[in-house]
Amino acid sequence: MSSPHASPHASPRPGAPSVRRSVPPGLLFALPFLILFAMFLLWPLGQGLWMSLTDTSLSVHDPAFIGVDNFTEALQDTEMWRSLGHTVWFTLISTVPLVGVALGLALLVHTGLPGQWVWRLAFFAPYLLPVGVVSLLWLWLYQPDLGLYNHLLGSLGLDQVGWLSDESVAMWAIALTTLWWTVGFNFLLYLAALQSIPDHLYEASAIDGAGAWRRLWSITLPQLSRITVVITVLQILASLKVFDQVYLLTKGGPNGSTRPVVEYIYDVGFTGYRLGYASAISYVFFTLVLVASATQYAALRRREK
Amino acid sequence: MTSTDLPVRTAPTPQTLPPIRELRVRRAARRGQTNLTLGNSRLTRVLALAALTVMAVVWLLPMAWALLTAFKSEADASSPTHWFWPQGGFTLDGFRTVWERGDLPLWMLNSLFISTAVTVITVLVSAMAGYAFSRTRFAGRRWLFLLTVAAVLVPPQILIVPWFRQMLTLNLLDTYAAVILPQTVAPVMVFILKKHFDSLPHELEEAARIDGAGHWRIFWSVLLPLSRPMLAAVAIFVFIGAWNNFLWPFVSTSDPTLMTLPVGITSVKDAYGIQYAQTMASAVLAALPLVVVFMFFQRHIVKSVATTGLGGQ
Repeated sequence: MSSPHASPHASPRPGAPSVRRSVPPGLLFALPFLILFAMFLLWPLGQGLWMSLTDTSLSVHDPAFIGVDNFTEALQDTEMWRSLGHTVWFTLISTVPLVGVALGLALLVHTGLPGQWVWRLAFFAPYLLPVGVVSLLWLWLYQPDLGLYNHLLGSLGLDQVGWLSDESVAMWAIALTTLWWTVGFNFLLYLAALQSIPDHLYEASAIDGAGAWRRLWSITLPQLSRITVVITVLQILASLKVFDQVYLLTKGGPNGSTRPVVEYIYDVGFTGYRLGYASAISYVFFTLVLVASATQYAALRRREK
Repeated sequence: MTSTDLPVRTAPTPQTLPPIRELRVRRAARRGQTNLTLGNSRLTRVLALAALTVMAVVWLLPMAWALLTAFKSEADASSPTHWFWPQGGFTLDGFRTVWERGDLPLWMLNSLFISTAVTVITVLVSAMAGYAFSRTRFAGRRWLFLLTVAAVLVPPQILIVPWFRQMLTLNLLDTYAAVILPQTVAPVMVFILKKHFDSLPHELEEAARIDGAGHWRIFWSVLLPLSRPMLAAVAIFVFIGAWNNFLWPFVSTSDPTLMTLPVGITSVKDAYGIQYAQTMASAVLAALPLVVVFMFFQRHIVKSVATTGLGGQ
């Protein structure tokens, strides 16, 4: 990159006003990022918008401009609405436990009970597993006849569950896998926040004779309210983007009952070859993400006031 | 969980503690804050420990089950009656078969190479941009930074289709470049590093500037060495993200010799058929690298997630 060459020329006389040159050094520093940014974010973003207005396909070579036809089709596409519904439903049933369980685990670990290393490893290690590993593992755990969970249910005298084959269970099973896999991330964020609560708050209340229960309600939880909002916002945005584990565990099945919108984009674009239509659905999904972000931002602003 | 704390309200705090118990409480207090958050009641502490143990067992069970299966013979792994303890004892056959297929080590190397390249490029490029936005002035700087911050909102999932189209046009599909390049754009890291540079004092670089150092010298020899913990945090975060990334590597590679670990091991899922011991052996081997690294660098990784995970909020 050209930036190393900038150094001999930069401010030849200390304290002198910056010398006029064709390219300011600051721009040179930002340039490598800006080039990648333009090539792999801004351009594709524009390209996607353009493609959504055409009938671009993987099989036909000359795409034609078709105006907003893709969008009118998308708005009448029940399968798209269904997949959007799955995404929103997954976001709901995954965010609540991913925030709640993370908080519970962090509160328990933060008490300073012995075995800190073990607890952190147990709850955080799954987060380090690639999704491929997570899905192979849980396909095996959920296996109907030989999987661990049905064996355990069997030894308790309970009926077997079609974890991934029963339409009414599959999404919950995926949410459970997601909880196991990613709760460690929120758990660590909560732990860090707990460690930053000053001791003197607890000491003062201990002198006042407040019990542990009381301290939890009147010191710990209020001190965690800001980080809880932040973690919830990040979690909602992450859950809306769900694809990997659903695709690998159920391929969106049974009968498309777990297919999230990102998988619908993938299916339309790469299985159905309709890149133009897939781009239009991408933009519908983008709108959903933006609306969610804006709502959360507004809520955050109101809270801070 | 919270109900376990209830008895504390009624449990009276002992006025005089026996010396041994007092010592134990003090030791616990030094380890963490047991008596600050839980109080001095032994019952609460036992209940909290019990709750924690149950949760840890539930969380570790899937991994223990995978390990157990991986060391079984195929016959034992799919035995409907003796489903827990293997009748024929433990064996390394699953691991041997998987390793000898040869694709797993190759995918590990691919993942290592791709994640390292993504990390090096992302950290260097983002740090330079962070420096430019924090320490230099040029026309359009404010505007470009705003654009970068706004881009944090763009989900990479919506770029999959245009990226694919782009790589098709550039004739880069099924190359390392196609997998790596789109992953190196990390506006949030630029934002984090810009804010980090903003927080560093200006005195040191003033001194360096008086000594005649240019921007590159100040960036490379003054600010970067001061930023080592932050750079490590960002690097760890980017590396884990790239190591575990699935969707784009999955879409951009169809050649098995270029696949990353997460994509590769799921691509042969059906090829293994119902060979559960082999499947679990491959999962264990694939999981090993990052879990081992975590054991050695736990402190750094925990810090990285805590500082970078919030995206600078």
